[in-house]
Amino acid sequence: MESGVDNTPLSSQAEGDKIQTPSQLVAAFERGHPDWVSSVVTAHGETTVVVPREHIVEACTFLKAWPEGRFDFLADLCGADRGVEEEPRFEVNYHLFSTTKHHRIRLKVLLNEADPHVPSVTGVWRTANWHERETYDLFGVIFDGHPDLRRILLPEDWQGHALRKDFPLRGYEPYSLK
Amino acid sequence: MSTVTNIPPQFEIVDRPLDTQMTISMGPQHPSTHGVLRLELVLDGEMVIKATPDIGYLHTGMEKLFEYKKYQQGIVITDRMDYLNPLGNNLAYVMAAEKLLNLEIPERAQTIRVLMCELQRIASHLVWLGTHALDIGAMTVFFYCFREREKILNMIEAASGGRLTPSYFRIGGLMMDLPSGFERRVAQFLDNFPKALDEFHTLLSGNKIFQKRTQGVGRISAEDAIDWGLSGPCLRGSGVDLDIRRANPYSSYEQYDFEVPTEPDGDVWSRYMVRMREMGESHKIVRQALPRLKPGPVKADAPKVVLPDREAMKKHMDALIHHFLIITEGFDVPAGEVYHPIEASKGELGVYMKSDGGPKPSRVHFRGPSFVNLSALPQMSEGEMVADIVAVIGSLDIVLGEIDR
Repeated sequence: MESGVDNTPLSSQAEGDKIQTPSQLVAAFERGHPDWVSSVVTAHGETTVVVPREHIVEACTFLKAWPEGRFDFLADLCGADRGVEEEPRFEVNYHLFSTTKHHRIRLKVLLNEADPHVPSVTGVWRTANWHERETYDLFGVIFDGHPDLRRILLPEDWQGHALRKDFPLRGYEPYSLK
Repeated sequence: MSTVTNIPPQFEIVDRPLDTQMTISMGPQHPSTHGVLRLELVLDGEMVIKATPDIGYLHTGMEKLFEYKKYQQGIVITDRMDYLNPLGNNLAYVMAAEKLLNLEIPERAQTIRVLMCELQRIASHLVWLGTHALDIGAMTVFFYCFREREKILNMIEAASGGRLTPSYFRIGGLMMDLPSGFERRVAQFLDNFPKALDEFHTLLSGNKIFQKRTQGVGRISAEDAIDWGLSGPCLRGSGVDLDIRRANPYSSYEQYDFEVPTEPDGDVWSRYMVRMREMGESHKIVRQALPRLKPGPVKADAPKVVLPDREAMKKHMDALIHHFLIITEGFDVPAGEVYHPIEASKGELGVYMKSDGGPKPSRVHFRGPSFVNLSALPQMSEGEMVADIVAVIGSLDIVLGEIDR
């Protein structure tokens, strides 16, 4: 496998610095705040932390300022639909990156179809604004506390959320401006 | 001659200060918005009070389309996102799939990927330079830039058959090896390019008008830049030393010796200088990649994923069967999810790929650098003059195909 972002060079501690791997960082994070972490998955050299949605803002605020991790950069925020029959159906992925230590982790929030609400992290990173608008537009996930939650890619009078699995590829009917 | 005495009250001239605000819509047909970007500007006189980008005019549902196509068919969709840097998009996509498949890529293929991506980065920066200068009023640069870009596009065409949509990288390696004589063409280009770069500097960097239009315009501090998620030359223009090729090296970038240019001021001029210096660094990387091109395979040893050679298909039954299966049914990718970031010409291009098993992805998300960089436009442009908005948009180097997807 190509080296990619699996951060193996960082784990060797070759620099003499006590640089930690994301999985070590996550273990320390879990010890400090056990109720913020539902589960941890490590696969393909990437670490995923599933966070209960009521703690996502606290967890992000903590990780951003945490001197061990310094995850000060929100690289990406995207939604995903796990399938119509799945419950919880939706997930929101937060890809965090440290501009000084150069490691990455993924936070994941799972949401039920009946209640797709998650607190907004626009207060932590302003870049979350457009990412959350896009996720709202395409999946119908509602970010509570977002300052300007409007559709961003599709027209304002569009019906439905296009990236949900039950939305047909060609839409329900040809779109026309009303 | 008689003076008018009784003027009706609605035509009476009132001496009032400029306290009125005007809202104008800039774009989507404005030539300097680089496509179909619309800005809603609230102006006080000539000063911008508020700028609100309005995007989505080019939305084609590409992320939805990925879920209906096999993994190998998705590569051609990525070409159409950032159409100035299609090889970078190819690379991010195929490397995400390779990460899910745990594929080992041969050294020659990795070197060719680096070589082609750096050529593409120069081509992308040349379009940025030409159009950015054109927006500000320097027309000559445009022709010089496109003359150089033409040479790169001809090389990409020689290797892949496509100029704007090459789809040259495949999951597990390359479409095919480089054509004969390719190294000589690259070396010829490398010999002439520093002279061309000097020409651009002569035309612009010493130009007083260009300096006045760009220095101190559209400032963003390093903290704000990180907070807004800026990446690539826009982030390095604010003095943050961050390059994914260095921070999380991929495709053997850790073996190359190059500098990461940064400029401290965070204005349009800084972003200009970063990109200009980056072209020199890309030139350096291509120069180093050429002697690394040792003969060898360009496709991974994974017969269930990589298409077999034509000659093998004529002789071996199993090669024929694998070819038939890959084309008709695709290949199964184990369930899992990855996020693979690369340093594209515009910044961090990340691909989030999720597989539930089977030949089609369950979700593909592109973190387009242009999308995120554009979201910081209000921060940079508020308080500036309306004519400077054009300079700020140009310095962000946006491509709407990637923003709207």
